[in-house]
Amino acid sequence: MSELDTFRAQTRAWLEENVPHSMRQPVRGEGDANWGGRKADYSKNPDQKLYMDRMASRGWTVPDWPTEYGGGGLSPAEAKILREEMGRIKARNPLNSFGISMLGPALLKYGTEEQKLEHLPKIARGEIRWCQGYSEPNAGSDLAGLQTSAVPDGDDYIVNGQKVWTSYADKADWIFCLVRTSKESKQGGISFLLFDMDSPGVSTKPILLISGYSPFCETFFDNVRVPKKNRIHEENKGWDVAKYLLGHEREMISGMGLAGPGGNPLIEGAIATIGLNDRGELADPLLRGQLALFEVRSKAFRAMSERFIDELKAGRAHPAQPSMMKYYGTELNKSRHELVMASGGSDALEWESERSNHGAAPRAWLRTKANSIEGGTSEVQLNIIAKRILELPGA
Amino acid sequence: MPLFLNEEQTMLRDAAQQFVAEAAPVSHMRGLRDAGDATGFSRDLWKQFADMGFTGILIPEADGGLGLGHVEAGVVLEEVGRNLSPSPFLTTAVAAVEALKGSALAQRWYPGILAGETVAALAIDERAKHGNAVAMKAERSGNGFKLTGTKQFVTHGHAADLLLVAARTAGSPEDDAGVTLFAVAKDAAGLTADPQRLADASLAARMTFDGVEIDADAVIGEIDGGRAVLARLLAAGRTGVAAEMLGVGGGAMDMTVGYLKERKQFGVPIGSFQALQHRAAHLYAEMEVARAAVLKAQQLLDAGDAQASEAVNVAKAMAGLASTLAVQEGVQMHGGIGMTDEYDIGFYMKRARVLAEMFGDANFHADQFARANGY
Repeated sequence: MSELDTFRAQTRAWLEENVPHSMRQPVRGEGDANWGGRKADYSKNPDQKLYMDRMASRGWTVPDWPTEYGGGGLSPAEAKILREEMGRIKARNPLNSFGISMLGPALLKYGTEEQKLEHLPKIARGEIRWCQGYSEPNAGSDLAGLQTSAVPDGDDYIVNGQKVWTSYADKADWIFCLVRTSKESKQGGISFLLFDMDSPGVSTKPILLISGYSPFCETFFDNVRVPKKNRIHEENKGWDVAKYLLGHEREMISGMGLAGPGGNPLIEGAIATIGLNDRGELADPLLRGQLALFEVRSKAFRAMSERFIDELKAGRAHPAQPSMMKYYGTELNKSRHELVMASGGSDALEWESERSNHGAAPRAWLRTKANSIEGGTSEVQLNIIAKRILELPGA
Repeated sequence: MPLFLNEEQTMLRDAAQQFVAEAAPVSHMRGLRDAGDATGFSRDLWKQFADMGFTGILIPEADGGLGLGHVEAGVVLEEVGRNLSPSPFLTTAVAAVEALKGSALAQRWYPGILAGETVAALAIDERAKHGNAVAMKAERSGNGFKLTGTKQFVTHGHAADLLLVAARTAGSPEDDAGVTLFAVAKDAAGLTADPQRLADASLAARMTFDGVEIDADAVIGEIDGGRAVLARLLAAGRTGVAAEMLGVGGGAMDMTVGYLKERKQFGVPIGSFQALQHRAAHLYAEMEVARAAVLKAQQLLDAGDAQASEAVNVAKAMAGLASTLAVQEGVQMHGGIGMTDEYDIGFYMKRARVLAEMFGDANFHADQFARANGY
């Protein structure tokens, strides 16, 4: 037996023993996912905490981070095996976290040793929940036009301004935030700061969306005092960190185009509503064709995601490839939810009923409309592909 | 196994890239077409494929081949696609070799294929749209069988030394059981081939079997159990066509992106216009996804994985969708010059249409996928 076979066998046995059964089914809506943090409430589902703590004890909330920062220290091949074995038993992600998917990689690349040791283990254990302070009312696709200011004052900065579309700012413990430290240069006057959302002068206001949910906030900073030692990378070099991190955000969002482990809720839902004819085909032939062609793309994109991860780990991916993944994955996810709605018919329109799980389908459908806007619009991704990959000339 | 080419496969790709671009560039195909060539490919070129070792890629080492897999065959096919090179490589060295693998007939046909002397054709389709039904009759006759019926879209059918023929020894056309696969030599009495020039200038025959007498030893695999062999042949053929389509689509895309950088209107390269940039970038994304799907199918076939069948459906359908987009966008973004015979982009459009139809189009494979997944 090779070392990897042994690892697979041990991993399979450990997961069998340690993943609670309630964590071996798909997440039911945003409220059912575990995001960790100081404000997390596990009273309704203590298994979430148990599962997260057990996984974190092996470093498996962040399998490929170094062990000294709370990671599992797994090789790419081992990490792939862990993903496969978790998929085999339909184990869900133990911890959803912007700390893991976005800040962590940026800290690993740009943080000082002290900063890494301070923040990464708490991210890995799900103790601190992070939010991202990027967009502003006048800085969306033109992100580098941001105006939130950070003025030096002794060992601190004084931060003033406003962010918008801050995901879960009202539930987060800390924020990683882009601020302007110089007006001399647009991209070259931005710095990257970390601070506690409990700092005096920070306030948040949830934004009610078309889904009826409020996953995003407006976030206000009124003379917030932030120690200079909380700055990542050099002053006025924050854009480098921001760009690096955006690449990881795009990777995360691109994963949305993929069906979850086990089962296929889209097809199962269509069969439940529409039924099969006597030849075993979905009884609506046009919808069946649309679903089948969608599923072909979805499966092909699953292969693309595997290829992308393999190339990324081997250092072979084009640096702008995350833009392609983000573009394709989010557009695919929007198509998936259009088909969920078409398959569900009027059942899928109910907004509040128990039988519709409080309108889970229509709310999720509406939520996906943001996928191709947040983290850089589809059009911005196409611009990046055109310029950086196809090397087409600038306007 | 990571989903990208390993070191040996990359070396093979580099060699194939250089060889095919030099020996059979698009101008080679154009020359054959302009000369009204009646064979449909160059026998000299087929010899050169053999000299390069390409014809033995899928033949086991014990039989004198290289003993490699579908990933490697696909590497060559992608270059064949990129250069629109007319070649019996797909039907002979991929589909026929896979069908014969492990049978007593391998010893008879492999040496000629290895030497670049034998060409094989696949007599599968009986209707304009590829399907699973096999109606051609194979009746018991003396020590063998008598074949009666017609086949169409048989690429190289008029020039082939060997025809692989799916026929029915029992049951009705839609049945899985009762199909038998035969290896028929070209000189069989009662066999006529009517070669037709297709839109892409390639030749495919309409074939008539008028009581063609075949010995029992021409049966590949089991009598009445030919579906298993046919499935292997088609999996190889479909994955191979998908790889060739990556080359056709990729070639069209590269040519188009190049044109966007050169062609000037309003005093600037047209590639600086966002309307065209977005079309090109979207096409790039579709081609990348198709590439991943094809490599996935190749790797799963090589591993003998149970998931391979579904992956082949996905690969053929996705490569068809992406390469069709590539050639359509290619002509559109070339503008008027893209409509001229003198410019090569039109050849890519024609070839993509033929390959999209071969062994089932995207709708056929999406339908198969849905069926396999219970809807």
